[in-house]
Amino acid sequence: MVAIYSLYIINKSGGLIFYKDYGSSGRMDTNDSLRVASLWHSMHAISQQLSPVSGCSGIELLQADTFDLHCFQSLTGTKFFVVCEPGTQHMEDLLKYIYELYTDYVLKNPFYEMEMPIRCELFDINLTQAIQKDRVALLGR
Amino acid sequence: MIGAGKIKQYSNVLDKPLSKGKQEVSLSAFAFLFSELVQYNQTQVDNIAELERRLEDAGYAVGARVLELLCHRDKGNRRETRLLGILSFVHSTVWKVLFGKVADSLEKGTEHEDEYMISEKELLVNRFISIPKDMGTFNCGAFVAGIVRGVLDGAGFPAVVTAHFVPIEGQQRPRTTILIKFAEEVFPGVYDVCSVGAKKRSKVRLSLR
Repeated sequence: MVAIYSLYIINKSGGLIFYKDYGSSGRMDTNDSLRVASLWHSMHAISQQLSPVSGCSGIELLQADTFDLHCFQSLTGTKFFVVCEPGTQHMEDLLKYIYELYTDYVLKNPFYEMEMPIRCELFDINLTQAIQKDRVALLGR
Repeated sequence: MIGAGKIKQYSNVLDKPLSKGKQEVSLSAFAFLFSELVQYNQTQVDNIAELERRLEDAGYAVGARVLELLCHRDKGNRRETRLLGILSFVHSTVWKVLFGKVADSLEKGTEHEDEYMISEKELLVNRFISIPKDMGTFNCGAFVAGIVRGVLDGAGFPAVVTAHFVPIEGQQRPRTTILIKFAEEVFPGVYDVCSVGAKKRSKVRLSLR
């Protein structure tokens, strides 16, 4: 049983800078993942405009029959979102933690160029650990 | 190293005592500053060896100043004149002041009499840095190597100091080894002082506190 299907990070202009999928279900090819990323970016922006409440920060959770999509947007406009099994808990915390890893291992890395795809070994290692830990925690419940 | 929040204000910097106190700076602030240092130097060079050299030079200036400060503060204006003395000074005193901990190990090179190695499982400057594949064996520890060279040079032990990644078995991340190769003029001179049974030891782990 896999709780998290995939993880996306998109930059402030809607370009996909990181994509990873976990487990076989919901696997997508590169073109599809790019499409999802830019689609989500636009939908997020539109939802902000359409919201009847002023100061809306965009969609945080999208619930569908077969998946949940949790989204976290940082102050600088970088969006992190996970696609996971319906009803998976504590995804906000996981996204916040992934954001922390991003600020540490991506932004403090002198060889990373802003807004470009993320290729940082340390980020990958720590992310894998975080997801695994989360999975263990989920199974333990 | 940067003085954090002293209570009393001194009009003249020379009146300020050099006491230790708790002088820590934010790791994030340092990481961003170091990252900028590397990025700036990257724009000034066209090959990796040059970048390594520039980082080392930046470290050298730090090392020279650290030696001056620590000799004055901890040793009553005396500095180490013995080889093992200065090495353990770097390994423990300098490391503790700069990185908040003693270095993981200090070893003598197995093949050459004039080589010593300081190893660190995770060097503070490399904590957040992933080297891209196309940069090969480049190590930002060159900055720390420069610091070590600065200290040794200032103390009268000129050496060539380099930083290398050394893979460890069963670990994803390699450790960083600072290799110190002393200049020829150093070795015959200090050889007598530290050569008690030098022939016998092929690999000697220096006993340090």
